[in-house]
Amino acid sequence: MQVTSVKYASQSVAKYYFVAALALFTAQIVFGLTLGLQYLLGDFLFPYIPFNQARMVHTNLLIVWLLFGFMGSAYYLVPEESETELYSPKLALALFWIFLVAGALTIVGYLAVPYAKLAELTGNDLLQTMGREFLEQPLPTKLGIVIVALGFLFNISMTVLKGRKTSISLVLLMGLWGLALMFLFSFVNPHNLVRDKMYWWFVVHLWVEGTWELILGSLLAFVLIKTTGVDREVIDKWLYVIIAMALITGILGTGHHFFFIGMPGYWQWVGSVFSAMEPIPFFMMTVFAFNMVQRRRREHPNQAALLWAVGCSVVGFLGAGLWGFIHTLSPINYYTHGTQITAAHGHLAFYGAYVLVVIAMISYAMPVLRGRVANSRSAQNLEMWSFWIMTIGMGVMALALTGAGILQVWLQRMPTTGAMSFMDTQDQLRFFYWLRMAGGVGFLLGLLAYLGSFFVGGAWDEATDGNNLKAQRA
Amino acid sequence: MNQVKSSGFTKQMARNMFYGGSVFFILVFVALIFDSERRIPQRSNAEAITPAVIAGKKLWETRNCIGCHTLLGEGAYFAPELGNVYPRRGPEFIKAWIKAQPPHAEGRRQMPQFNFTEQQLDDLVEFLRWTSKINTENWPPNIEG
Repeated sequence: MQVTSVKYASQSVAKYYFVAALALFTAQIVFGLTLGLQYLLGDFLFPYIPFNQARMVHTNLLIVWLLFGFMGSAYYLVPEESETELYSPKLALALFWIFLVAGALTIVGYLAVPYAKLAELTGNDLLQTMGREFLEQPLPTKLGIVIVALGFLFNISMTVLKGRKTSISLVLLMGLWGLALMFLFSFVNPHNLVRDKMYWWFVVHLWVEGTWELILGSLLAFVLIKTTGVDREVIDKWLYVIIAMALITGILGTGHHFFFIGMPGYWQWVGSVFSAMEPIPFFMMTVFAFNMVQRRRREHPNQAALLWAVGCSVVGFLGAGLWGFIHTLSPINYYTHGTQITAAHGHLAFYGAYVLVVIAMISYAMPVLRGRVANSRSAQNLEMWSFWIMTIGMGVMALALTGAGILQVWLQRMPTTGAMSFMDTQDQLRFFYWLRMAGGVGFLLGLLAYLGSFFVGGAWDEATDGNNLKAQRA
Repeated sequence: MNQVKSSGFTKQMARNMFYGGSVFFILVFVALIFDSERRIPQRSNAEAITPAVIAGKKLWETRNCIGCHTLLGEGAYFAPELGNVYPRRGPEFIKAWIKAQPPHAEGRRQMPQFNFTEQQLDDLVEFLRWTSKINTENWPPNIEG
C-alpha cells in the first residue's frame, strides 16, 4: 500500500473545513427538498417553517458551505503552491470554530425566532442590512464574516508573501480579496430601493460572475496541474486568459441585472452585449480541461478527482454559460425576469461552477489529508457514481424548472390581455414541480453516495488497483 | 515550452490582458455607476420618498417578504410580484389581504400573519405605492406581474 502524506503539516487544517462544508451541504439539500415540496403542498410545515425561512436557510447554507470549501481549498493549496508552512495554523483553526459556531447560531436564529424579532434582538436598527435576498444575516453575523475573512486573508496572504509566488496562488488571492471587498457592499442599504438594489448586485453579481470565477479558475488549474502533470507554463496561460475574459465580460455584464429595476435605459445595451459574452470564459474552461487531460503526462491514480474537475468545466458551461445566455438579452429577459427560468439557471450554474469545483478540490485533497495518494478503486467507483447521480439529478431539476419557466412565461407574461394570474399559473406548473422534486431526491441520493464513498474500501493499492487501471487502459 | 512560445501568445501577454482588461472595464463600470447615481433620483421619483415609504421599506425587509415574493422581479418565485401590486389590487385590498392571513386553505401556499398595526399597514402600502411608480422600462409586461 502506498502511503502518502501532505507535503506541509499545516495543510491538514483544510480537513476541518472540508468536513464542515460537506455537512452544511447536506443540510442545504434537505432544506431544498423541503422547499420543493412546499411548492406542491403549500401548507407543508406551516406555520413552523414557512417558505421564506426555509429558503433563507437553503441559500445561506449554500453560501456558507461554499465559503468553507473555498477557505479549506486555500489552506490546502496555498502552502503547497508557496512551498512553505501556513503562516498560522492556529489562527486557521480558531477562525474555523468561530465561523462554524457563528454560522450555526445564525441558522438556529432563522429557524427559532420570527425574523422581525431576530432583527430587533441583533441590533438591525443600528445599521439596517437585513431582509435582502441572500444578505439576510443579522448584523453581528455580517461583522463576523468580515472578521473571519480578514483573519483568513491575512493568514494566507502572509503565507504567499513568505513563500514561492505562483500564478495560481496569486489569482486565488485576488479572487478571495475581491470576494471580501465586495461583501462590504452588504452594509450599504439606501432608503431608495433602486440604489439599494444596485449596490446589492455589487455583492451578488460581482461575487458569482466576478471574483468567484478567479477562485474557480485557480482551484481548477491546481487540480488539473496535480492530476495531469501538464507544464505549469501552459496551465498558467490558460488561467490568465480565462479570468481575463471572465472579468472583461462579467464586470459590465452586471448590467443584465439592471434592465428593469429603475436603472437608466442604456444598461439594456451594456448588459445585453457584455453578458452575452459571459459564456466565453466558461467555454474556454471546458476546452482547457479537456485539453489538459489530453496532454496529460501522468496517470494519476485519483481518477475521481479528475472527473469532478472535468465535470465542473462542462456543467459550469451549461449552467452558467448556456442557461445564463438563454435569458440574458434584455428583450428576452423582459419576459423571463423573475420566473422559474431564473431558478433553473441559478441551480445549474451554482452546481456546475461552484459546487463541483469545491468537490473536485475535496476529492483531490481529502485522500492526501487522510494519508493516501488516492482512495481505493471501489471508493472511487462509488464517487464516480455519485457524480453522475448528482449531475443527472440536477439536470432533471434544471430541465423541469426550465419547462415550468417557459409555461409560466407563456401563460402569465406573454398575453397582452387576459394574462393568467401568478397563483393560477402556479397551479398549471405542478407537473414540472413534481419532476423537479424527483430530480431533487435523485440529487440527495447522489450526495449520500458521495458521503458514503468516504467510508468505503480504504486506500489506493498500486499492486491491485494500479494494475487493474493499466489493464483497463491497455 | 518552445511550442508555447512559437505560438506567439505568451503567458506574460495573457497576464497583461487580464490586468489591463480588468482595470479598463472596472473604470468604465465605475463611470457608468456614477452616471446612474445621477439619474436614479429622477427615474425613481426620489423626492416622493416620505418617512412612511422609508418605514414601509423597513417593514418589507424585517418581515423577509423577499423570501417568498419578488419585487421588481427579484426575490423568491413562490408568491406574486409586488412591484406593481398597488395598481393591480389597490391599497384597501392589500391591507385587507395582509390582515386576513394565513388563509388556512388546505394544501395551498400560506402567508404568515404579521400582526401589523394600521399605521404599519399604511406605511407598507406607501412603500408599495412609491415602488410602483419607479421607471422600470415598462416592466412587467402586463398587470399580472
